[in-house]
Amino acid sequence: MTNLYRSRRRRNVIVLSLSIGATLIGLGWLAAILGTLVWEGVSGLSLKVFTQMTPPPGSDGGLLNPIVGSLMLTALAILVGTPIGILAGTYMAEYGRYAKLTMVVRFINDILLSAPSIVVGLFVYEVMVAPMGHFSGYAGAVALALLVIPVVVRTTEDMLVLVPKELREAASALGMPRSRVIQRVSYQAARAGMITGVLLAVARISGETAPLLFTALNNQFFSTNLNAPIASLPVIIFQFALSPYHDWQRLAWIGALIITMAVLALSIVARALASARTATG
Amino acid sequence: MAVQDRQLAQPLSTARLKVLARLRGGDVAFRHVTRAAAVSVLLILGGVILSLIQGAIPALRTFGLNFFIQESWNPVTERFGAVAPIYGTLVTSLIAILIAVPFGLLITLFLTELSPIWLRRPIGIAIELLAGIPSIIYGIWGLFVFAPFLQAHIQPILIDFFSCVPVLSWFVGGCVAVPGLSQLFAGPPYGIGMLTAGLILAIMVLPFVTSISRDVFEAVPAVLREAAYGMGCTTWEVVRYVVLPYSRVGVIGGVMLALGRALGETMAVTFVIGNAHRVAVSLLAPGTTISATIANEFTEAIGDLYTSSLIALGLILFMITFLVLAVARYMLLRIERRIG
Repeated sequence: MTNLYRSRRRRNVIVLSLSIGATLIGLGWLAAILGTLVWEGVSGLSLKVFTQMTPPPGSDGGLLNPIVGSLMLTALAILVGTPIGILAGTYMAEYGRYAKLTMVVRFINDILLSAPSIVVGLFVYEVMVAPMGHFSGYAGAVALALLVIPVVVRTTEDMLVLVPKELREAASALGMPRSRVIQRVSYQAARAGMITGVLLAVARISGETAPLLFTALNNQFFSTNLNAPIASLPVIIFQFALSPYHDWQRLAWIGALIITMAVLALSIVARALASARTATG
Repeated sequence: MAVQDRQLAQPLSTARLKVLARLRGGDVAFRHVTRAAAVSVLLILGGVILSLIQGAIPALRTFGLNFFIQESWNPVTERFGAVAPIYGTLVTSLIAILIAVPFGLLITLFLTELSPIWLRRPIGIAIELLAGIPSIIYGIWGLFVFAPFLQAHIQPILIDFFSCVPVLSWFVGGCVAVPGLSQLFAGPPYGIGMLTAGLILAIMVLPFVTSISRDVFEAVPAVLREAAYGMGCTTWEVVRYVVLPYSRVGVIGGVMLALGRALGETMAVTFVIGNAHRVAVSLLAPGTTISATIANEFTEAIGDLYTSSLIALGLILFMITFLVLAVARYMLLRIERRIG
């Protein structure tokens, strides 16, 4: 063994150990975060959390109003954002696959996908909250819908492009109009992937805080009125965690646990759906 | 299509013609609806930019270029300058990238070259789950767990070490504060501050670096890798001299994407940055970022000038991230084209 060979081997071993170390640190970090969440959150988790409203400092309570608020905002945002996203993705994959418009939209959409969400909050504040004169659940839902659109556009386009063109040709040859081919053949073939996209979008927005801070604002009371400020889990966590009251901080941890579990479950289901699709298709 | 239709139309009954016309009408309508939806994506971007510019005009008109060079941020006297938040944004993102890139590449090296096949998927998913955790969770964890840990265990060591680097003691007898380094790690250990924010950001963007560099590493043709191994290269040499040069553009694209994320990240930073409007050399000092400033102050902003200054900050943030993300996408497009 020459010296050169030995030093090459040594360098290799050093880098490979570093790489194992980095992976362990990354995994450890995930474990540390999830572990803390479970440790701090599970002890307080009880039925009360889901049936009682947020308490004033110093007394007992739950997270009913922010949970209901979050569900309403998320549902409305998905209802608004998904159709727009799917239609846009349809144009890009079916009608204008090679059109210049598609190239531009794809580029811009990818940028919107990672754009800072707080800026979306500012935008909705400017166009909805300021003209209406008050914060509202509608504004919050619109802000979230703007975050849904890029996710759905991206997955819809990706999934429709994967649909074999022979399927479309066969349907067209039978005399089916183009729009029916898309709705009955392409959408059916790409369904699992498109549902994955919507689930990912739900996961993305259910933890979003920044765009809600000055659109939906917050509400200490139970309210299902979307035309008024409405509570949501992330904003309540923000408020309670930074408060000096121990009860509130404890509730913040419970809320954090609920959100994280919901988001992780959603992304795992989405992933399973997507891999089932690639396995069969 | 049109020619065919006309020829077919002759022998068809009127009922059938009506159905055909309706279908064709639906066809055209559907096409236009999808096109309108695609255009709406562009309108969203245009709307965001226009509304931010419109909202920022009062502040920019009042302060002019001073907005970009003034450090003071005083709601009482209504004098606003963006230097501190811009500085904080850049410093925290830089820390995040400097840590996340080597870590991310090492993890990618493990996933693509070292790990047994059956371990790849679970570990890859676990790392990507880091990206799925909402940023407010990083915030609350950073504030209650990570910052106290840093304050108690890491920051005192950093302060002691850099105020008195022992390596130099042979030459000067005793130890010496290295100019520059000692200032970077000076002051009391608050726990929260720019370093903490940068570290939290590093964990958050790590999955982006990993998943993109994994994609581009795996796109390197197997022949190239096998040829290098066949010549007797070690794993590290294959990665360093074959895989990395081949996938350089893609890796840089991934890094820029991660940078774009770090620049705009809001909630996690807001919890741990300390919210102090000043430019401090020490990384341990509290600071602020653009997004944290907006998140903290926007709902409490009284007066048009205050609100407008915050929107102007948002405009600056959007411009910076837009530029970074556009470059990232452009680079990723280039490598996609080469692979595809």
